[in-house]
Amino acid sequence: MAVRVQFENNNDIGVFSKLTNAYCLVAVGGSENFYSTFEAELADTIPVVHASIAGCRIIGRMCVGNRNGLIMPYSTTDQELQHIRNCLPDEIKIQRVEERLSALGNVVSCNDYVALVHPDLDRETEEILADVLKVEVFRQTVTDQVLVGSYCCFSNQGGLVHPKTSVEAQDELSSLLQVPLVAGTVNRGSEVIGGGMVVNDWCAFCGLDTTSTELSVIESVFKLGDHQNQGTVQSKIRDSLIDSLV
Amino acid sequence: METEMENLVPTQTYGMILCCECGREILSNPSNMCVDCLRCKVDITDGIPKHGNLLQCKKCERYLSPPATWISANLESRELLAVCLKRMKTALQRVRLVDASFIWTEPHSKRVKVKITIQKEVDGGTFLEQTFIVEYVVHNHMCTDCHRVEAKDFWNSSVQVRQKATHKKTFYYLEQVILKYKMHQNTTKISERPNGLDFFYSIKQDARKFTDFLTNILPCRYQSSQKLISHDTHSNTYNYKTSFSVELPPVCKDDIVCLPKKIAQQLGNLGQLLICLRVTNCIHLIDFNTLQIAEVSGSFFWRDQFFPICSPKNLVEFTVMEIEPIRNRHTKLGEGTLSSKHILADCWVIKSNELGMHEDYVHTRTHLGHLLKPGDLVMGLDLKNSNTNNDALGLMKESDLPDVILVRKIFADRQRRRRRRNWKLKHLKGNSKDNDNYMEFLEELEEDKEFRKNIDIYIDGPDVQSSADETEYPTVSLKEMLQDLSLKDDVEMEGE
Repeated sequence: MAVRVQFENNNDIGVFSKLTNAYCLVAVGGSENFYSTFEAELADTIPVVHASIAGCRIIGRMCVGNRNGLIMPYSTTDQELQHIRNCLPDEIKIQRVEERLSALGNVVSCNDYVALVHPDLDRETEEILADVLKVEVFRQTVTDQVLVGSYCCFSNQGGLVHPKTSVEAQDELSSLLQVPLVAGTVNRGSEVIGGGMVVNDWCAFCGLDTTSTELSVIESVFKLGDHQNQGTVQSKIRDSLIDSLV
Repeated sequence: METEMENLVPTQTYGMILCCECGREILSNPSNMCVDCLRCKVDITDGIPKHGNLLQCKKCERYLSPPATWISANLESRELLAVCLKRMKTALQRVRLVDASFIWTEPHSKRVKVKITIQKEVDGGTFLEQTFIVEYVVHNHMCTDCHRVEAKDFWNSSVQVRQKATHKKTFYYLEQVILKYKMHQNTTKISERPNGLDFFYSIKQDARKFTDFLTNILPCRYQSSQKLISHDTHSNTYNYKTSFSVELPPVCKDDIVCLPKKIAQQLGNLGQLLICLRVTNCIHLIDFNTLQIAEVSGSFFWRDQFFPICSPKNLVEFTVMEIEPIRNRHTKLGEGTLSSKHILADCWVIKSNELGMHEDYVHTRTHLGHLLKPGDLVMGLDLKNSNTNNDALGLMKESDLPDVILVRKIFADRQRRRRRRNWKLKHLKGNSKDNDNYMEFLEELEEDKEFRKNIDIYIDGPDVQSSADETEYPTVSLKEMLQDLSLKDDVEMEGE
C-alpha cells in the first residue's frame, strides 16, 4: 500500500521521517496530520514515534536504520537518544556514531540485509553499520551520485533508483542488493528518490505530488498491496535476477 | 587480444523510465516528463503577443519601424519580417528565436501572418521548441514625409538666390556648378522666381550647407531670417521656418563697370572703367587701356559696391577696320598685375550698320588684340552716344572717356555654332532657359577655358565629328567632355 502524504506543504517526506520494518520515526511538525497519516497505516504493527535529532526535524536525513538497529549521528542529544530508546522495542540496538558525513540518511541506504554507502564513509562507521544493522556493506554510487541515500530507496522486496541509472548499473546494483531495481521518479519527476519517499516491506509513503504513474511503479517494484498483474516491471525484474544468478 | 580489450569498455544503455504524467516510456530528462506532457504543462509562448499592429503609410506604402523610421518593404520580404519581429522584440528577449517565416495572406486583407519558432529552457535544463503564428493587422498611418506633402508643408528652410541683372547667365552657371557638386540632391523643390531661384529644404542644415556652398563659388552675401511656426511651452521647443536670402553680385561677365576713383586706387591704381572678365568666387576685372587685372573678392565687393554702366542689350556690333598691337607701352609706377593672356592694341572700328556709309573710323584701345583682325566683328559699347546713368561715370572727366569700349569678339554665326556644337549640359528641373541667353552662356563656355573649370560637359550624340574648320572659333576639346552614363530622376536631359 502506497500513501501520498505531505509535511507542512513539503513533498520531500523522506527528509522528515524514517520507516523500517520494526519502527517508524516521524518529525515533530506544526500539525499532527503528518504523524497521524503514518499512525493510521502503521500503529497496529510497529511503533510510530515522534523524534528529533540534534533539535532538527530532518530526522530522515540524519539517521539510518533497519529492523535490527538504528544509527544516530554524534550530534544527537542524550535526551533525544533516551527518548528514542524508551519508545523503540528493546531488541533494536541504537548506536551513536562519530562520523564526518553526519547526514547519515544521505550517505547510507539500506534494507535489512545490505547497505549501500558513500565511498568516503569512515571505515569505523562501516564496521558499526555492519555490526549494528547486521548488513553487508557496499561502497557504491548511483549514476555517479555519491549520495546513495538520497538517490535510491530500497526495501527487502525491491528498489527504486535515480532515473538516469543505466541498465548496466541497475543490473550491477540489483545483483549486489539481491532485490529487483527500477529507475524511476517520485513527486512528479523528482529524481531525489530517498528524499521523496520512505518504504518498508508492506507500506510506502511518498510526497503528495507523486503521480498515479509513479505510484503504480512504486507499488509494483516494492510489491505493495494486491498487485497480482505486475506486467512489464515484474518480467524485467525476473530477467535481471536470472541474469545475475547465471 | 583486441576483441578482449573491446569487451572491457563498459557500455552504457540508457534505461527507459515512465513519464511521470502519462506513463509513456521515455528516456530520462531533467523534468522526467514526455514532451507532450511538458508542452501541456508549460507554454513557452506565454507572454508573447499573438496579435500585433503594423503601421503602413497609404501614400508611400512604407512601414513604420518604431520609433520613427519608415521602411519600404514588399510583402513577404526580409525587411518586413524585420519590422514584424521588431514589434515583439521585448517579448522575444526571454526566448531563443529559431525561425521565422511568412504565411501567405491575401495582399488586400491587411493581414500579415508570421510563423515563429522559438526555444526556451523549462525547469532545469529541458529545452522546448514551439511554433506559433502571430497575426499582424496593417493599419493606415500617414508617414511624416507624406503628411508634410499633404499639408503643403514640404520645407522648413529655403534659400532664395537673387541677382539684380537683366539676364540669367549667372544662374545657368550656378546650375552647372550645383550639378557638378551634386548640391541639388537634398532639395525638396526648386522654383523659379523673378530675378532668381528658390531652393527648398526639409532640414535647416541642408539649407545652410547650400548657402555656404554658394558663398564659396560666387561672391555673394546672405541674410537669414526665421519665422515661428509653432512652439511648445511644455518642452520649450520651437518650430521655425528659416529663409536664407542670398544676393549675387549684379556684375556679370562682359559687363562694363565704372569704379569710384578711390576703389580703383585701392585695387592697384587701375583705370576707373573696367571690363568684367568673369565671375567665379571673385570678380575678375581687366583695364582695357592697360591690361591691368584685378580680382575683387566678395567681401570687398559688398563693402564697396559698384555697378555695370550698361546692360548687354546696349552693346552694338562694330567692325574692326584696322588693328595695331602696342608692343612696348610705358608702364606706370605702382601698376598692378598685367594680363598675359591679352594683347593691348590700338583699334579703329566702325559700327557694322554704318559700314560703307562713311569712313570716320573711331579709335579705341582694346584688350582683345590677340583675337581681333581687320574685318572681324566685335561687340562694344558706343559710350559717346549712349545714355548712361552711373554716379562714378558722371564724376569722370569727359576727356578720360573713350568713345567706344570693345567687349568681346563675335566669332561666327550663332546658328552655325549651334549646329556644330557636339556637347551638352545637364539640367536641373525648374530652371527654365530662354534661348538667347542660354546660347550666349554656351558660347561663353566655349570661349573661356577658366569659366568651364567648374562645369561637367557631356558628349552629345554618338559620333563626334571633327571638321576641318575647327580653328575658326573656340570649341570645347574632347578631353574636357564626359561620357554621360546614367540619368537620375531629378536631372532632366535635354539635347541641344
